[in-house]
This record gives sequence, C-alpha cells and structure tokens, in this order.
Amino acid sequence: MVKFTEKERSTIRAIWEKVNIDEVGPDALARVLIVYPWTERYFGTFGDIFTASAVLNNAKVVAHGKVVLKALDEAVKNMDNIKKTYAYLSRLHYEVFHVDPDNFRLLADCITIAIACKVKSALDPQVQATWKKFLSAVVDAMNSQYY
Amino acid sequence: MLSKRERKLIAEIWEKLTPVAEDIGSDALLRMFASFPGTKTYFSHLDISSHSAHLLSHGKKIVLAIAEGAKDISQLTVTLAPLQTFHAYQLRIDPSNFKLFSHCMLVTLACHMGDDFTPVAHAAMDKYLSAFAAVLAEKYR
Repeated sequence: MVKFTEKERSTIRAIWEKVNIDEVGPDALARVLIVYPWTERYFGTFGDIFTASAVLNNAKVVAHGKVVLKALDEAVKNMDNIKKTYAYLSRLHYEVFHVDPDNFRLLADCITIAIACKVKSALDPQVQATWKKFLSAVVDAMNSQYY
Repeated sequence: MLSKRERKLIAEIWEKLTPVAEDIGSDALLRMFASFPGTKTYFSHLDISSHSAHLLSHGKKIVLAIAEGAKDISQLTVTLAPLQTFHAYQLRIDPSNFKLFSHCMLVTLACHMGDDFTPVAHAAMDKYLSAFAAVLAEKYR
C-alpha cells in the first residue's frame, strides 16, 4: 500500500486546489487523443475525433474530460485508500470498456502536462515528483482489477 | 511521422529556446532526477544539485543538441552520428531512460510555455523527442 507523508499530502492537495477540473479535464483528454491517436479506439461513440481540431471542438471530449478529472478528486479525498476507491472503476475499464491498462499511464502523463501548462512554476521538480507518486498510485489502482 | 507543419513548429520552438538552453536543460534534468531517482546513477561523477555549474552546463549541452537536430529533422541520423557513437560505446545509458528524460522535458516545456504548449505542439514535440531518442540508440546493438 502506498504511504504518503504529511508533507506529500499537503503538496498534492495544494496542486489539486489550483486545478480547474472543467478546464484541465477536457485539456488532458484532448491531449491523450491528439498525442496518442490510437486511443481513439475507445471512443467510438464520440463522433469526429480524428484530427486535432475535431478533438478540440468535440463536446463529448469536453464532457468526458470533466468526468475523468472528477474521479481523480475522489482519489485526492481518499489518498489512503485509492485501491479500494477505484476498484469499481478498474473492473469497469477491464470488463466493459476493455481498455489496455497502459493507457492509464498515458492519461496520467497528459494530466500532469495539462496541469503544468496552467500552474507553471508551481509544479517545480519536487512537487512534480510528489504528484507523480500520487498518480502512480492511481494508475496502480486502475490496474488492480485486471486479472 | 512528423508532417511538414510539425517540423516547422518544432524548429521554431527550439530556436526560441536556444538562448535559455541552460535553464530549460537543467530544469528537465532536475525533474528527471526527482521523479526517477535511478537516473542519478549515471551522474555520480558530477555535482547535479540545483544551480550547480555541472548541472547547468550539462543541461545546456543536451538542449543545444536537441535544438541542432530540430533545424533539419530529416537529417537526424547524420546530425546525431557522433552522439550515437558516444552514447553507445562510452556513456552506455540504458535507452529506456531517454523516455524518462523526454517526459520531463515535456513537463519543462509545459511549465515554460504555459498555454502556448498546445496539444498540437505537445504531440509534435513528443514525436520529435521519440525520434531523437530512437536515433540516439541506433548504434547500441
């Protein structure tokens, strides 16, 4: 189980407080679809997501981006129990959506970069490392029900 | 595969960053050392603390090489030939580390450029850094 020190918890919360879910969520998901176009395979019902401009103007991408980041809020609120908090989501992504779990790592990277664009110097190297520790725990939790 | 537009965008971005090569390079290295402590093992002979002379000069070296390659991406294998040999036979850095550095460079660029690091720029840059790393590792085996 991942253990966070008090300092790490407050670092993670401080960064999360700066995140506007309605902005960063859609941006992060758009980056996944634009930077790693093969991820389009999971979004067949979203309509046109086959060019960067289509992705950036797609209402379903915006809506889903917000959904994804709202779920991350649950992890921030339950840092000591991320695995349990995400068990259902993990099972869902495996059994229903059939998502290759490597994509969770790609999404985590895009979330970090989307946040970096907004908070800039607030995400210094140490803060980035702590944030990465948190996202790695989330990625592990998303992998946990794949068997 | 990088389109003509992407190549132009990459060349423009790196030309703008060349004057601050030291800052960009050392920032990316610091991020890599903090997030991936295993990478520090390649630098046991240098002082890689924040603002150290070694860190700044090393960061500058790396960024200038990346910027040089960006001037003509179609010639990457020619431009990087000496560095390919250096990395394969002398440095022998496990090439999986290039991915780690690339990710940290993307974060550095995002922090530096803010909203100008658009998803399109991000995609082009990720492709370029991947191509750069692949060429760098070509002589390994």
